[in-house]
Order: sequence, then structure tokens, then C-alpha cells
Amino acid sequence: MFKWLEKNLPKIVMAPAVGLIGWFVYGFVLWTLYISFTNSKILPKYELWGVGQYVKLWASRKWLISVDNLLVFTALFLIFCIVIGIILAIFLDQKIRAEGVLRTIYLYPMALSFIVTGTAWKWILNPTLGLQKMFIDWGFENFTFDWLVNREMAIYTIVIAGVWQSAGFVMALFLAGLRSVEDEIVKAAKIDGAGLFTVYWKILLPMMRPVFFTSFVILVHISIKSYDLIVALTQGGPGISTTMPALFMTQAAFHKSQVGLSAASAMMMFMAVAAVIIPYLYSELRRENAR
Amino acid sequence: MQDNLQTSSYKQLEQKSKYTNMFLRWFLYFVLILFASYFIFPLYVMVVTSLKTMEEIRQGTLLTWPSSLNFDSWLVAWGGRGYGAGDTFLRPYFWNSIKMVVPAVFFSTFIGAMTGYVLTKWRFKGDQWVFLFLLFGCFIPFQAILLPMARTLGVLGISNSVIGLVLVHTVYGIPFTTLFFRNYYVSVPTELVKAARIDGAGFFKIFFKILLPISAPIIVVTVIWQFTQIWNDFLFGSTFSFGEAAPIQVALNNMVLSSTSVKEYNVDMASAIIAGIPTLIVYVLAGKYFIRGLTSGAVKG
Repeated sequence: MFKWLEKNLPKIVMAPAVGLIGWFVYGFVLWTLYISFTNSKILPKYELWGVGQYVKLWASRKWLISVDNLLVFTALFLIFCIVIGIILAIFLDQKIRAEGVLRTIYLYPMALSFIVTGTAWKWILNPTLGLQKMFIDWGFENFTFDWLVNREMAIYTIVIAGVWQSAGFVMALFLAGLRSVEDEIVKAAKIDGAGLFTVYWKILLPMMRPVFFTSFVILVHISIKSYDLIVALTQGGPGISTTMPALFMTQAAFHKSQVGLSAASAMMMFMAVAAVIIPYLYSELRRENAR
Repeated sequence: MQDNLQTSSYKQLEQKSKYTNMFLRWFLYFVLILFASYFIFPLYVMVVTSLKTMEEIRQGTLLTWPSSLNFDSWLVAWGGRGYGAGDTFLRPYFWNSIKMVVPAVFFSTFIGAMTGYVLTKWRFKGDQWVFLFLLFGCFIPFQAILLPMARTLGVLGISNSVIGLVLVHTVYGIPFTTLFFRNYYVSVPTELVKAARIDGAGFFKIFFKILLPISAPIIVVTVIWQFTQIWNDFLFGSTFSFGEAAPIQVALNNMVLSSTSVKEYNVDMASAIIAGIPTLIVYVLAGKYFIRGLTSGAVKG
């Protein structure tokens, strides 16, 4: 008995982690998957009902708006975060004075919660006393900036706040990437007469492929899960113009007694994330094994 | 003659590139500072707004400096106005968050350290798969587990309690903490462990005598990461708790949304700063470890 215990001690120590994740992650996802095939309303029911919830989901105007918003948000969020992140990383990489201070400033939003961020931006963007008033007081009398309460534009306020929060993170990833490149490569290129622009555009950025990939995966992941920021900034409004899948899911589950429908929407989100993550994990593991 | 010409044109070129270089330098700093002001702007606005009276807020702009340093809104945000019912303030929820964060960070870090240790120093057949199995937990959208989690907490009788949130945060922190420790211990030479085993040291002795003493950096990274994640969480807090058991982010959101009488932006901003200050302090004091957690741990396998 003692021998057996000693031999299996490592596995016993690891058991809590494996057990907890097995139950609370895999078990729960399977439970949600099962419920998405039932006609559960307020409480979960366990008789199978087929794909009715998915049909209902994709016929729901609110869900379609959510998906549409998610696509718009993800595209803009990705482009702005990556472009700003790369510009800042390359500029900071030029032996800048006070680099540490600047880096700290670019990255501090990552330490704040989306609720804090959302609260701050909501105040800044509010049309009566915020930015709009600032510009009017400065003499731009016809200046209007009412995106927060404008159905067409409200989604872009979420992009503004989201980019503000996450662009510094992309900067940190790229800066780390650029710093890991051997000096020799840059020197050799310069001796061959390449200008700074060419060095970055033709040599260094193409070498950053893995960093692009990582940033892409993390940012898409953040955007699919975005929930807090919308709650704090617009609550999905005006109307339902800024609703997104994560918001749709929690509202259906906990406010509208549509447990089956919310499970179906959760599974759609799960599949979207899996479609991005599985290829990523696969390539990461392959890279590690190749090392 | 020929030679002369060449040198002079070369000199001209150098002269020119000196000016373009200087211009580029200025441009560089201009852009960097421009972005820095974009990033600092909301924090500045938050701080000055929280120090103004509502009268000043209506009269000035976002940027105007308060006429006097007035911490009244901070006191109201933290301790309320003292008129009983309907008076919401952050103090009790701040303590809820502390009571939730401390045990959750401790348990998840401990479990992660142990699991990372086994996965790297007591390797067995299929350990790669176990790692992948745990790693995938970093990525699942939590919406896919909210419904069963709500039921489970109900069955266990710990829904709407700090204990329930400790459990939730511990469990969903394990994939990250395991990832951190596993990646750190992978680079510790296995020979060290093998030698200790030959000397008769057991499983726990090796961990506490060999690995733990050199684990300080990764413990700091993990604790900071978990602290930030759990302190800033809103999804779990708002789904599994309400009323008195709510953590601070939920309370902040409720305070800002509650539209009783006139909107007090100065109190809102003071509340937001109070909710953000613990993680901000950690970031300023230990930024290096914070960034390390973000970049190395955020997803790398």
C-alpha cells in the first residue's frame, strides 16, 4: 500500500487539477452542449428536442445583430490594435529616451478592469458634458460627438475604448519580438545599404510572423468574449444596436428564461473560439516539439 | 578631381541625412508623445473629475483643473452619505473582493505549482496530453460554463456567496497557473532532481528544497496575474452574486448605472479609481512581472 502510494504520488498530486478541469470545463461544456439540444426555458429540461434552438437562434434578429456587431468590432479592434501596437513598438525600439516611462503609460490600461475603463469612457464620450462640450467651449460651436447615443455609431465607441485598453499589449508583444532578433541581421542588412524603413518592412516585420499570429489569436479571443466593456459603456444600447454574443447569452440565460437558446448561443461562441485556438495550439506545440 | 567630386557629394549626402535624421527623431518623439497623451487622457480626466464639484464639472471642460483639491466625492464613493437605505458605497464590496481574491489566488497558485512540477519533473507517458487537456481551459469562453456553474453553486448551497466565487476563480485559474509553472520548471535542469532522487529525497522534499527556493520570480508573475484577473473580473461576479456578496467591479457598475436623481460624475469617477487602484498599484510596483505574465503566459504553449 505504501509502495503504491509512493509510486503514484505525482499522479495523486496532479489529480485535483485534472479532476477539477475535467469536471468544471469539459463536463460543463458537454452539459451546455446537451442543453442546447433541449427545449429548456426557465429550468433545464433533459428530453432531447433536436436543433430547434439553433434554428431559433439564427432566425433571431437580435442574434444576427450581435454577430454583425462582433464582426465589425473584431475587424476594427484587430486592425487598430495591431497597427498602433506595431508603430509604437518600432518607434520605441529606436533607442528612445524615457522608454520605460512611455512603455508604462502605453500598457497601464491592461491593469484596469473593463468596468473601470468603460465607466471612464462613458463619462468622456457623453454628449452633454464630455468631449463634445470641450470642443464647443474651445470655440468649435457646431462640433457634435454623440456616438454613444447614436444607434449607427455606438459600436465604434466600444472600439475606441477596446483599442485604448489593448493596443499597449500588442506593443509589448512586438517589442519583445523585435528585441529578440539578433543585432547581426540588422547590421548585415545596413552594410548592404538597406535603409531603416527597408530593414523593418522587408526583414524584421516578416520575421515577426509568430508575433502577428499570437496577437491575432489573443485579440480575437478578447473580442469574442467581450462582455464587461459593453455592459459598462452601452448596456448593448441604444436599443439593441451594440449587443454582442456574450451579452446575448447572459441575457437569454438569466433575464429572459431562455436557457436552451442561451446554451445554443454559448456553443456558437465556443465553436468560434475553438476554430481560432485549436490551429494555434497545434502550431505552438509543433514548434515546441521541433525545438 | 574625380576623387574630390566624390567626397564632396558624399559629404553633402551625409549632411542631408543628418537633417533628415533630426527631423525623423523629432517626428518619432512627436508620435510617441501623441499616443502617450491618448493613453493618459482618460486617467487624467478621471482624476480631475473626481476632485471637482458638480458645479465645476458643468462649468468647465473635461480638461480643466479643479479649483481646489476636494476629496468629498472620494469619501462619498467609499463610505456613502450615511442616510441608510439606498445609500450605496464601495467599502463593503471592496472587502468582499479582498476576501475573494486572497484565497482564490493562493489555492490556484498552489495547485498550479504542484501540477507544473509533476508535468515537468515526474514525467509519465501521455503527460503532453494532460498538459494540452489543462491548457485548453485557458481559452474556453466562459459563457459555455455559466449555466451549469450557476446550478452547481446552487446545489452546493454557495451561490451568491464569496465562497462560491473563490471556488469559481480557483478552478478557472488553474489552467493559467499550471501553464506558468510548467513553462518555468521546464527550464530547470532535470539532473538536479535526478541527483536528489538518487540521494533518497522524496517527492515533496524535492519540491520544497530544490524547486520552491528558486521559484520566487514565477510565483510573483503568477500571483500578479491571478490577482489582476480575479480583481478585475465582472462576468463571474455579476452572474453568481448580487446584493451584499458582490465583488467591487459589480458594485461599481451598479453604482454608476443606478440613476437616482442627478448623475454625479465626480462620485462615479472616484468610485472607478477606487476599484482600479489596487491593480494599478501592483502594475506600477511590479510592472516587469506583470508584463512577463502577459507576454509569456498569456497563451504560449
